[in-house]
Amino acid sequence: MNTETLIGKPVDRVDGRQKVTGSARYAADFPMKDVVHAVAFQSTIARGRITGIDASHALKRPGVIAVLTHENMPRLYPVSMEHNPGRPGQTFLPMQGDEIFYAGQYVGVVLADTVTQALEAAGLVKVSYREQKPTVHLEDALGQAYEPKKMGRGDKTATGRGDADKALAAAVVKIDQTYTTPIENHNPMEMSATLANWDKDRLTLYDATQWVYGVRAVVSTWLGIEAEKVRVIDPFVGGGFGCKGSMWPHIVVAAVASRHVGRPVKLMLTRSQMFSCIGYRPKTIQRVALGADAQGKLLATIHECTSQTSSWKEEWVESATKQTEMLYSCPNLRTVQRLAPVNANAPTQMRAPGHATGTFALEVAMDELAVATNVDPLELRLRNYAQRDEGENKDFSSKALRECYKQGAERFGWSKRNPAARSMRDGDTLIGWGMGTATYPTNRQESSAKVRLSADGRAVVSTAAHDLGTGTYTTMSQIAAEILGLPIEKVKVELADTVLPQAAVAGGSQTSASVGPPVKGACLKAIAALKERATADASSPLFKKQAREIGVGEGRIFLKDNPAVGETFVELLVRNGGRPVEGKSDQAPSGAAEQLDDAGAKKPNAPFSMHAFGAQFAEVRIDPRVGEIRVSRFVGAFGAGRILNAKTARSQIMGGIVWGISMALHEATIYDSNRGKIVNDNLADYLVPVNADIPEIDCFFVEEKDEHVNPLGVKGIGELGVTGAAAAVANAVFHATGKRLRDLPIRLEQVL
Amino acid sequence: MHPFTYVAVTNQGHAIDALTANPRSAFVAGGTNLLDDMKLGVETPEHLIDVNALALNRIEPLPGGGLRIGALVRNSDLAWDPAVRERYPVLSEALLSGASPQLRNMATTAGNLLQRTRCTYFRDVSYAACNKRRPGSGCAAIDGFNRSHAILGVSDQCIATHPSDMCVAMAALDAVIHIAGSKGERAVALNEFYVAYGEDPARENVLAHGDLITAVDLPALPWAKRSHYFKVRDRASYEFALASAAVALDLENGSIRAARIALGGVGAKPWRAYEAEKALVGKKPGEEAFKAAATAALAGARPRKFNAFKVDLAQRTIVAALLNVMFEKRTEQ
Repeated sequence: MNTETLIGKPVDRVDGRQKVTGSARYAADFPMKDVVHAVAFQSTIARGRITGIDASHALKRPGVIAVLTHENMPRLYPVSMEHNPGRPGQTFLPMQGDEIFYAGQYVGVVLADTVTQALEAAGLVKVSYREQKPTVHLEDALGQAYEPKKMGRGDKTATGRGDADKALAAAVVKIDQTYTTPIENHNPMEMSATLANWDKDRLTLYDATQWVYGVRAVVSTWLGIEAEKVRVIDPFVGGGFGCKGSMWPHIVVAAVASRHVGRPVKLMLTRSQMFSCIGYRPKTIQRVALGADAQGKLLATIHECTSQTSSWKEEWVESATKQTEMLYSCPNLRTVQRLAPVNANAPTQMRAPGHATGTFALEVAMDELAVATNVDPLELRLRNYAQRDEGENKDFSSKALRECYKQGAERFGWSKRNPAARSMRDGDTLIGWGMGTATYPTNRQESSAKVRLSADGRAVVSTAAHDLGTGTYTTMSQIAAEILGLPIEKVKVELADTVLPQAAVAGGSQTSASVGPPVKGACLKAIAALKERATADASSPLFKKQAREIGVGEGRIFLKDNPAVGETFVELLVRNGGRPVEGKSDQAPSGAAEQLDDAGAKKPNAPFSMHAFGAQFAEVRIDPRVGEIRVSRFVGAFGAGRILNAKTARSQIMGGIVWGISMALHEATIYDSNRGKIVNDNLADYLVPVNADIPEIDCFFVEEKDEHVNPLGVKGIGELGVTGAAAAVANAVFHATGKRLRDLPIRLEQVL
Repeated sequence: MHPFTYVAVTNQGHAIDALTANPRSAFVAGGTNLLDDMKLGVETPEHLIDVNALALNRIEPLPGGGLRIGALVRNSDLAWDPAVRERYPVLSEALLSGASPQLRNMATTAGNLLQRTRCTYFRDVSYAACNKRRPGSGCAAIDGFNRSHAILGVSDQCIATHPSDMCVAMAALDAVIHIAGSKGERAVALNEFYVAYGEDPARENVLAHGDLITAVDLPALPWAKRSHYFKVRDRASYEFALASAAVALDLENGSIRAARIALGGVGAKPWRAYEAEKALVGKKPGEEAFKAAATAALAGARPRKFNAFKVDLAQRTIVAALLNVMFEKRTEQ
């Protein structure tokens, strides 16, 4: 009996009905009696000190219960980035002193019976400041740029091989340009929100987060209480994109406020606060220098990136040079990352951090090299194809990029491209075709899962992983149903609660790779327990049979050689007193945990470099009279290992490509040069594409079998689609207009 | 948001009386702009008078071929009205290029006439300097991020852009606004309705407190059948114009007998370009004449740091719009 049918299928979302009927509960949706609403008010200056706060008018308004500011807020304990198992978004905590580091910094919070009362009262608090001239733009801070000690989880900020500067100087063809990407904000549909409730010394947080265990670790440290006293719950997340992957101060403010008023407190950020309080993709200024021979073979690559950070020098690095270390074969290479402090909040990870910005610069530079050497851009990539990771000096666990280039180009019709700029037209409309390479590392972190198979024939899978709208409920149901041999309707998945087994942050495109294996492992253990029970039960048709002779499927346990000999799970469990069987699995990329899979978990010091890849192709149409740029076609081909659900995977990749188009043509957070305050902190002025901006997106996965990445053979897809997409659009704009634009977003006045 | 009281009225006289009685009251109809600005603290009325129930929601023919549009006619209804689409395509196109279907279903004709600027410094009350919000306080936009700001009709006190698309088409069509007030009724040409910024940017139009717009008349203009609205913007929908042009051409024996040109996205008010129209009269329609007209239209432009491109863009927009209408190339928006 073949049950290997569910994984990979385009199974509809198991939580679809809950979502469309509104019964899916997001953090702020949980009903709570006597809840108090909190609204934060923020600094309107970007640098200086608070000299006075007058909350008397606010406190007189009906329904207002209290106002918390640094003057009456309890002191919180600092959290170390290195030593806390979670990850605070910022190490500086507002409302602990009078110093202002950025516009939008929380000055205080109003607590009232209704959110309307709190909003009104927040506007009535008078705050006076002693203002100092802020450093607003990265360009103004370059004199203070420095090389941080490390980036990400310890990667070096400067890398190299050979002598890149010497090789560049000697190269026949040189490209040496500066590329910039703007500040961008996440803007998930669901704003960040925390509902905090104390029961004596125990705290429950319903928090919009990508990492319930991270929230528990950071908030308990901030409060100075034991982690076990904090429970964090978040079954549904309305998008995160990185801004909910770290813990930001509003969470602890809600907790402190709740303790202060002795009632549950709900704090939901306003849309405008989503721009200033939960991180952002920092601005980057990147130098990419490529040296090549006349045929376009790379001899030298230099990639330098300076990104902005906060004025208290939060060491969060936009690692734009990371992919450059390994994307192309090149003997001489040098990369370096720098940070420069400005009066803005700490930057943070935003969908494909580093790779979204880095692939823009690198892939536009490659397009420039293609033009300079008169080599087709796709052919140029093939001439410089990296057979192995020359940065890590390792083989790739798998790499289907060549196939992505081939199939993507075929679907797009790339061979019909006239290489000359401004050569393709439809009437008066200029048409441009551009391409870029997509790449994102395959991450995996320690995670656990539990499964319980009950006498009613149903299974419950439990893990504190998250579904950000990405489909985790569905994919984990598919894995469990397939391994347990149950119809998917008989499987229930429970997520995102710190009473459930620990799971990794839903970031870095790693949920499937991290949580899928322990879910599979837990199911295999439950099956093993079931077999044990059957073979030890004199009343079972499988009494005294060997475990390896026994199979499962369609809710039955049976002899593989003779499926008629067997019984249903229900019969077996009911006869055995109705006790459920359970399996639990803890898995880590080191392979230290048990290995239940033939493929085996990743070994310590994995011998392979693990990445997903793709090829992005864009067509733009430009009205040369007024410069309006619209993307009219997009094709993306991706190699990302085993795909768990063809439907949700395609949706995620498509969403990534939309982000790439948006990055190329729409998004930018603008700071006022005088005040250092965000000018466009709303969804009318901060442009994201509307449906009319997005063409039919043809995205697909090429066949890729990877036996090394993890026991499921899956790679991450959450961020891959963004990478290379903005470059493809920018390169298409060059092809249409002959104008090389190196600063995002591309606005119509740049092509006029 | 500041607290406010609310009343719904069913009678025009009662509406005017209620407004006149409280200097801090305001009419509300679609609410698509007023409520937004109230949430931002930009508008702080104490009392809202809901006029949605007044009998001002009809589109009626006028003797001689014009149309009377009730103040409460929704933007969607106006855009899809067969007579509007037949006689004044420029107006239908302008309406459909604005906002989103949801907003157009709510927004009314009179409300659109009174739409406030999208200037981010006007909409962010944490900026003390805004002559429109607080006369005499200064202008944060002049030295700020002013990419979306106006270049025509501006002053050293204010460079805020009038955001409407509908009004630009109506400016080209010589629309007339009917106003009822405590002192009786009057009619004001739309092109006289808005006041240039000058010294007092807080004053945007000739309305006095207590006035109620009741209707907009579109005079007969048979050659407006050959009219068109062309809008240039950063994204394909749900976005204000960087530059737009409402144009109409009266062609006879291969030359231009008359023309209408009004500009959006670049003016402190819906900007009628009379000089450009004059420059076209008697000319052979074509790129040369259109470019000359476009140059004339922008002669008085006063660009700032981030909106300097609008001078060129607005001229290109005029030329493109005129070429489109000449060759009857319309874009369904």
